[in-house]
Amino acid sequence: MAGLVPFLAGRMVKAVVILFAIVVLNFLLVHAAPGDPAMVMAGEAGAADAKFVEQLREQFGLNKPLHEQLMTYVGTVAQGDLGFSYRQQRPVWDLIADRLPATLMLTLSAFVVALVGGILLGTLAAINSGKWSDSAITVVALLAYATPIYWVGLMLILLFSVSLGWLPAFGFETVGAGLTGLDRLGDILAHLVLPVFTLGLFYMAVYARMTRASILEVRDMDFVKTARAKGLRESRIVFGHILRNAILPVITVAGVQGGHLIGGSILVETVFAWPGIGRLAFDAVLQRDYQVLLGIFFFSSVMVIVFNILTDLIYTLVDPRIEVAK
Amino acid sequence: MSFISYRFRHLAAASLLALAVPALSPSVPSFVSPALAADTPARGGTMNIIVQPEPPMLQLGLNQQGPTQTVAGKIYQGLLTYDEKLDPLPSLAKSWTVSEDGLTYTFKLHENVKWHDGKPFTSKDVIFSTTKFLPEVHSRARANFARCESITAPDDNTVVFKLKEPFPAFIRAFEVASAPIIPAHLYEGTDYRNNPANATPIGTGPFKLKEWVKGSYIHLVRNEDYYKPGLPYLDNIYFRVIPDAASRALALESGQVDQSQYNDIEPFDVARLKEVKSLNFTTKGYEFIAPVSWLEINHRVKPLDDKRFRQAIMYAIDREFIRDKIWFGLGKVASGPFNSSTKHFDSSIVPYAKNVDKAKALLDEMGLKPDAKGVRATVKLMPMPYGETWQRLGEYLKQSLKQVGINVVLESTDVAGWVQRVSNWDYEITTNFTYQYGDPALGVSRTYVSDNIRKGVMFSNTMGYSNPKVDELFTAAAKENDAAKRQAMYSEVQKILVDDVPVVWLLEMQFPTFVSKKFNNVITTGVGVNESYDSVYLSKP
Repeated sequence: MAGLVPFLAGRMVKAVVILFAIVVLNFLLVHAAPGDPAMVMAGEAGAADAKFVEQLREQFGLNKPLHEQLMTYVGTVAQGDLGFSYRQQRPVWDLIADRLPATLMLTLSAFVVALVGGILLGTLAAINSGKWSDSAITVVALLAYATPIYWVGLMLILLFSVSLGWLPAFGFETVGAGLTGLDRLGDILAHLVLPVFTLGLFYMAVYARMTRASILEVRDMDFVKTARAKGLRESRIVFGHILRNAILPVITVAGVQGGHLIGGSILVETVFAWPGIGRLAFDAVLQRDYQVLLGIFFFSSVMVIVFNILTDLIYTLVDPRIEVAK
Repeated sequence: MSFISYRFRHLAAASLLALAVPALSPSVPSFVSPALAADTPARGGTMNIIVQPEPPMLQLGLNQQGPTQTVAGKIYQGLLTYDEKLDPLPSLAKSWTVSEDGLTYTFKLHENVKWHDGKPFTSKDVIFSTTKFLPEVHSRARANFARCESITAPDDNTVVFKLKEPFPAFIRAFEVASAPIIPAHLYEGTDYRNNPANATPIGTGPFKLKEWVKGSYIHLVRNEDYYKPGLPYLDNIYFRVIPDAASRALALESGQVDQSQYNDIEPFDVARLKEVKSLNFTTKGYEFIAPVSWLEINHRVKPLDDKRFRQAIMYAIDREFIRDKIWFGLGKVASGPFNSSTKHFDSSIVPYAKNVDKAKALLDEMGLKPDAKGVRATVKLMPMPYGETWQRLGEYLKQSLKQVGINVVLESTDVAGWVQRVSNWDYEITTNFTYQYGDPALGVSRTYVSDNIRKGVMFSNTMGYSNPKVDELFTAAAKENDAAKRQAMYSEVQKILVDDVPVVWLLEMQFPTFVSKKFNNVITTGVGVNESYDSVYLSKP
């Protein structure tokens, strides 16, 4: 761990450069799309004249040259301000902060469920390889991986919400129930079950398949035979020796997914009317709400960078042979 | 529910409306069924309504998107509203007169009306809205009120509009989204678009904005100081944002929401939901907007500039098939430019019917002979990006035009790109529809008159169609005070347009509205779901 401080410092410097490039690229990309927010609003109004579009452009600051808009934007971001959404009449940071709790609740829960479930199932399948339980897990994982996520969501709603009536289908909480404290928490958790399971299922399948493949590769290695020859308990061999070595690729993939946590999931949020960042981003694309879109891009870029650094650090914990590079 | 009881409920709805407001319009029947007397409206209840997409804001003067109108129509009010036949009904104005020469419109306002912040509503607010606020920010209102020579207020409860020349359509310019009345005390002398009050809309309507959780719901509560005694009945209305169409259908089916409107439900789900016992289905309440859909054709591109080519398209497609198989029965085949609900519609016009031979003959006449592959011409079609149904329509058109030798290349885009390209004339054929706002002078002529060919402006004459006779008739008819003469001119213009086929009309669109049977008096006028809902009530369980 001696190299930790220079490692972090080096990564920080790189991060700043990368972020700057991301901001400029994103800005140019979103402005390259045809149409602008004033056009969208004119289209939505169902009637328009030249003055209407002109007024909106002026209000949104779109009448200035592009490079001037870029300078202004980079300047505000450098000051820690993500800008203002004229369409929604609110600062971008407020819009993101509003959606962040719902998104984190959904993605983090799904992340944990997927990771724990996936590793356990993958391990179970690997140690029973060739038996029926392995086949069952493999087939289910393949199905879960291949089925469109929104379809799974709709079927779960149909079963658990419409037919059985056990779980609420939409939204973050029961609107207008006026619940507080533990009742409210329980209500939110009930709303959370279906979207978390839907989102988690896909990643669980990914982790299960990776874990299984990785374990099958590791379990015949010499150090495992040695451990067995020493007479260690099977559980100790599996978790202490095989899994610890087999898990590195899973961590890599999980690190990538972790970076995306903040971006939410457009499909799951849409199907379950979950008020998260994924939907905010999707709407912003369609509405050409540049500031909001850029804000979300920036924010999730930061998260990806942070998670990459974290992943590198976790490698060294799991496998002491890996050292952080300067 | 049987047909009979539906009619009864509908009559009861109309009569309650008549009781609730001083009845001025003869078109509202004052019939009360004794059988329904037991079901007297009672205060209380919560209604959950789908809102999709989520409106960008609720200041109705600044934004008139469909969902904004549905929500803000309960917060703001106009001077008038309109029944199914598009005749005016009282709203903020309790009575009105139009002078014999058609130049002076005098409105008497309700007394003791208060804004949601407690300040009194007076003629000053109407003057501010119609002379300052709306002409600055609202395209349609700007055009309508520009026809006024003066707008004055002799006293606190009277407003007089004096027109420069007769404009009989003016009486239909006062619906809540066309001319919402905005509080002068909050907006006078401010930068309207950046006024902080935009976030907390203050109207005179029966419901007030309580809370808006972005991405989730908009909560409206009963306005305790509403000027109609005892109204509204409902305590709360929640507008729920449910972005996925399949989820919306499930939400209605499971009773988690009580109402859907416009495009909330995809046409292919309508038949299934009609069977749901707890829901009423109607396509009424869209008479005021009365949309007609069409293939919009860029006349600047050859061979689309030739009316024979456009007629050939008209003959090549089966619009009944489009209605039955793509829109699952929703809509009516449009005979021409006017929706049959719109004033001055001429019912004598016979719609084009599918006739492949005629289409081929017209193309032959133009000299467009099929090549080795049977292709006479290739055109690009960009379906409007307003959901799956329009994509299906594009695929159908590709197939059916192929039969007459027109090869169609489909293009795809999103809303921003579509508006950008269509308004800048960068397209060959697209699909489109516009609202007609009750009167040809308000919502039809804009598509066809040549002085509305304006680059960069959406919903103008983007085709570049120009016919001096059409211009002349639309201009003259809009100013004609004599109803019979006006009708004659509008009939003539309809016949010319149907022959010219400036656009290929498809359907008089119908939107499905589903309402839970627990609620009464929901769709009572031609403004439908955008009404104030002040007399909607919940049946006793």
